[in-house]
Order: sequence, then structure tokens, then C-alpha cells
Amino acid sequence: MSDSPSALLELREVTVRFDGLVALDTVSLAAPRGRVTGVIGPNGAGKTTLFNVVCGFVRPRSGEVRWRGRALARHRPHDLARLGIARTLQGLGLFPGLTVLENVMVGADRHARTGFLSGLLAAPRADRDEAALRERAMARLDELGVAGEAARRPGELPYGAQKRVALARALAAEPDLLLLDEPAAGLSVGEIEELAALIGGLRGGPAVVLVEHHMDLVMGVCDQVVVLDFGRVIAAGAPGEVRDDPAVLTAYLGEEVRGA
Amino acid sequence: MDVRRPLGALRSPLRSPLLRPTLVRHSAAALAALLALYVLTTSAAPYRNLEIAHAAYLTCAVAGLTVLTGLGGQISLGHGAFMAVGAYTAALVIAHWGWPLAAVLAAAAGVTALAGVVVGAVAARLEGPYLAGATLAFAVGLPGLANYEHLSGVLGGQNGLTVAPPVPPARLGETFPLERWQAWISCLGAVLTLFLLANLTSGRFGRTLRASRDDEIAAALSGVRVARLRIAATVVSAACAGLGGGLLAVVATLAAPGAFPLTLSLQLIAAVIIGGLGSLAGAVWGALILVYVPTWASDAASSSGLSHNVASNLPLAIYGLVLIAVTLAFPRGLQGGLRDVGGAAARRVRSRARTSRARDDTPGLPATHPGGADEASTDDAGARPDDGGDGAGGRGERLRR
Repeated sequence: MSDSPSALLELREVTVRFDGLVALDTVSLAAPRGRVTGVIGPNGAGKTTLFNVVCGFVRPRSGEVRWRGRALARHRPHDLARLGIARTLQGLGLFPGLTVLENVMVGADRHARTGFLSGLLAAPRADRDEAALRERAMARLDELGVAGEAARRPGELPYGAQKRVALARALAAEPDLLLLDEPAAGLSVGEIEELAALIGGLRGGPAVVLVEHHMDLVMGVCDQVVVLDFGRVIAAGAPGEVRDDPAVLTAYLGEEVRGA
Repeated sequence: MDVRRPLGALRSPLRSPLLRPTLVRHSAAALAALLALYVLTTSAAPYRNLEIAHAAYLTCAVAGLTVLTGLGGQISLGHGAFMAVGAYTAALVIAHWGWPLAAVLAAAAGVTALAGVVVGAVAARLEGPYLAGATLAFAVGLPGLANYEHLSGVLGGQNGLTVAPPVPPARLGETFPLERWQAWISCLGAVLTLFLLANLTSGRFGRTLRASRDDEIAAALSGVRVARLRIAATVVSAACAGLGGGLLAVVATLAAPGAFPLTLSLQLIAAVIIGGLGSLAGAVWGALILVYVPTWASDAASSSGLSHNVASNLPLAIYGLVLIAVTLAFPRGLQGGLRDVGGAAARRVRSRARTSRARDDTPGLPATHPGGADEASTDDAGARPDDGGDGAGGRGERLRR
């Protein structure tokens, strides 16, 4: 894979072991600004572990994660927003007790300035800050076409709309890197097409890394694709190249002449 | 501001431009509550004033607990112990330094907040039954400190510390009743607590706290420092309970271990649940039930003409029955139930009136007034702007973790 100098996120030979099981084996990957990088692979290939390493949920045994050219070490999940990294969760991870608007406002919390004291005293500054945050959140909801649902609870919305809210929440942080963990899971064909358009619309903005099972989405929307199998990178490159790679076919379809 | 208009439309329709700033809204509600309480206390008999004072200091503790448990999802069975810390602090400060009352109560809240830092740091690492167990141990163990032989000299052992009753200012007149003065102090404390908590929970603090209750990982990924936020919530909650305890010492003129049994902690959590998890207005309801239902039940029992054995046990049984009935009838708490009833009534009125420009009455407001719950109006306004708090808190299943 080309190590473009503008790579925002870079994994260098990252290895993760869980009790003898090798989840990631010297995986390297670079996600440049403004482009969509797809990470695909069969179940258990280590896709989500890769995200967890980036997010600081899992510490690699060896190798390093570099962000904007500097090694990320000992970062915790709550540091990500400040670093400019946002992640959507597998499933939704929306806050069911908050309205849609509030959900997205939490996503924009990185931009909030209200401290404890001005909140306690309801200082006019806190009101202004809240209004700015609300405006920011509404703008994201509007972009994703769910502004009309702002006052409702996520549970009242259809699944596709909830996915949009989750995406709006991640984008509300205005991240430089957006990690999408299986965004197409549970969506209908039509909704997946809409999702592809949404992700395509992000091109030129933040670096996007997409972990996904759904081949059509990945092939349609990604600028580059990394294929994992049993924790190893077995192929990387443009979607067209990867699709025809024999190693990828083997990983997905099994060996043609096993035991013959 | 052009941005505000569409947003204002989708949020509470109550807002007139004048009432938009949070500070103005909450201050207006607090002043209205104080006025109502002034009228109430000046017309009430001395023992009624004492009851009001009891309800007011319990409101402080229950309101603090509802923020921690209802909005933060952290259960605490130890809030009675926080009240004890506040009460003993107040008693000691009055006895040794004779500070002015406001300073005494601030010290009670402050010292208890420090205790909250310690408990919160431990609690932030615990969840569910472990958290309940740890706070339970705190509630059981702490009042026992008063009997510890090295401390009993300072803390007065089983008999506790007597507190000099507060003296009403001379300009209120020679004959100004002490009970009314105590009720005023206590109510002022309760309204101030509700005012500050309403400010806090209607903004960023409340929103991120509820988010961390709903999904810890998603909140952390949004940049919310969950552990720190939980400690902050525990500290806020402890400070409220400490103020409540300090007020208790001033009202009861005593700080003794017997005033802070385990049942107090359990009653506080019961009040939170009855009122509606996470609702400040519900906290007022819960505190009123804590004070008035046992009183009413024992009045009913003693006037029933039953044999002494039955009559002496009846209040507890009635109290239990009331609690069961309320939780069955209002699974989302009293405030949640009233909100539903108020909402249904408002909808009916609206559909009948059909005036398109009719400002729709905020659900809950018409319903909170009967029953002399004047304080309810304080945080009613406070709790409404973030309806999420109430609705979310009202759902019992959110009391996980």
C-alpha cells in the first residue's frame, strides 16, 4: 500500500494477542485525509480488534499506531474526540434516554465550553454555549436528513434513521478521522445505497475507515481496501485490484481443491 | 438569532422570549416557590412548620440523590451517611466556632462534598450490586463512628451532639416563632438546592451524565470523561445530602447516630423512585411522601380505636401499602404519572379549543400545584427544558449498572 505522506492514521506492524490467539499479526495500514479506506475480511479476521486498537480499548503487543505522524500510546477512549477521531459503534450505541438532538449534542461535546461552575449558576455564557452546540448538532442532523426527528427519542425512529443519527453524532465532533464499524449492518438494500451516498459525500473531508462485511458497499465507496484474514493483511489496494486477488477469493470462498 | 427560531419551535413551546435565558426562568420559578412557601409558613401552626422544615431538608437530600441515581445511573444506598456527615459538621462548627448559619451550612455541604470525592472515586469503579453493597456498608458503618471510643468525646457517642437552636433575627420581632424561622432556613436551602441542580442538569452536565448512564462506551467515544463525570455527580449529590443533614441538625437541634439509621438511606432511595427517577420535581414529591404519609398513617391509626398492639404497627403497614400502590400506579414515578395525566389533559384541551396559536400548557404544570407542593414549581420549570431527564429517569429499567 502506498505510504502517502498525508496519511493521518497509520498502523505500523501492529500485533495483538489474546491468550495465544493472534488477533492481529503485524498489520500495517494508512488512512489518508479525504479518502475512504475499507477494511474487510471474514468473521473473526480482526477487523473490530483493529478499531479497538485505534480507539485505545486494546493495547497492541507490538507495533504502533501513529496519528498525525506521532505515535499514540496510552490513549484512552475519551481522548479520541479531542484528538479528532470519531467512531460509530457496531449496532447503534445511541443514548436511548436522550432525544435525537441531545444525542448529537453529546457527540459535539468536544466543542462545548461550559464548565461546571457556569453550568451550576446558569451563566449567560452557558446558555450561549448550549445554543451554539444545538446549532452545530442541528446542522449535522439537517445534513443527514433527520432534523425533523430532533425532539424524538432514538427508539421511536426506524432503524435506518437511527443509523443516520449515529452518523450525525459522530460527525458532530467534526473529526479528522471517522471510524465506521459495520455501518451497513441491519440496513435494507435501499438504505445501503443511501449510506453509500452519504459516505461518498464525506470524500475530501475527514479520513474515513470503514469496517464492513457488505462487499458492494465497500467496493462502491472505498478508495482503497485492506483485506484481513486471521489477523493478517492478505491484500491491499484499489477495490478493483483487491476483488480479483486470488488470496482474497481463497479467504472468502475457501480453497478450491482442498484435500484433492 | 436566525438559528434559534427553528430550534425554539421544536423545543418546549412554552418559551416566551423573556423567559428564554435559563437563569431568568429558574430564578423566576425559585422566587415564586419562595413566595408560596412564605405564605404557607406564615399561616401554618408551629408543628406544621416543623413538618415543612423536615420535608424541605429531605428534599435537598432526595434531589441530590435523584441526580446521581436517576440521571447518572449510579445507585447509592449511603445517602443517609452523607446526611450524617453534614449534620455532625454543622453541629461541630456551631459548637466550636459559632459561625453564622449560612457559613455553617456551607461548611456542612463542603465537608460532605469532600466525603463525596472519596466515595465517588471508589463508586466510579463499581457498578450494580457492588456499588449498592459498598454504599450500603458506608451507610451502616459511618454513623457507628460516633460510638468509636476515640471519637466519642468529640462526637458525643450515642447521645450525639446538641445544637443550639438558631435565633430568629431581632427585627422579625420578639415573638417570632422558632419553628417558622427553622422552616424558612430549611426551605431556603431546599429552593437553593433545586435551583442549582436545575441549572446543572438542564445543561451540558446533565446531558453528558445521562449519556454516560445510557451507554458508557458511546459516551466515552464522544469525549465524555465518564469516571470523572460520575465522581462529580457523586460530589454534587453528597453536597446536597450534606446540606440536608446540616439543615436537619439545625431543625432537630441535634446530631445523633439514631437520626441516621440505614432506613433513612433506604427511604431516600424510595423517595427518589416514587417521585420519578431523575426528576427534581419528583424529588419534592418523594420528600413530601416521606414526611406526610407516616404522620398521616399514625394519626389514622391512633384515631382508629384499635388495640394498642395493632395501632402501633399500623402506620408502618399503611406506609408500605402506600409505597406499593404508588409504584404500581405510577411506574415512572409520581412526577412521570402527573406529566402523563397533564399531557393527556392538555391534548384534550387543545383538540377541543383548536386554536392554532394556543400556547400549549406544559404537561405537568397544571398537575403539580394541588397539594401544597409549592417547591414543585421551582424545578418544574427547571426540569422541563430537558424533558429527557425526566422521561429517561422515569424508566425504571434505566437503573441498571
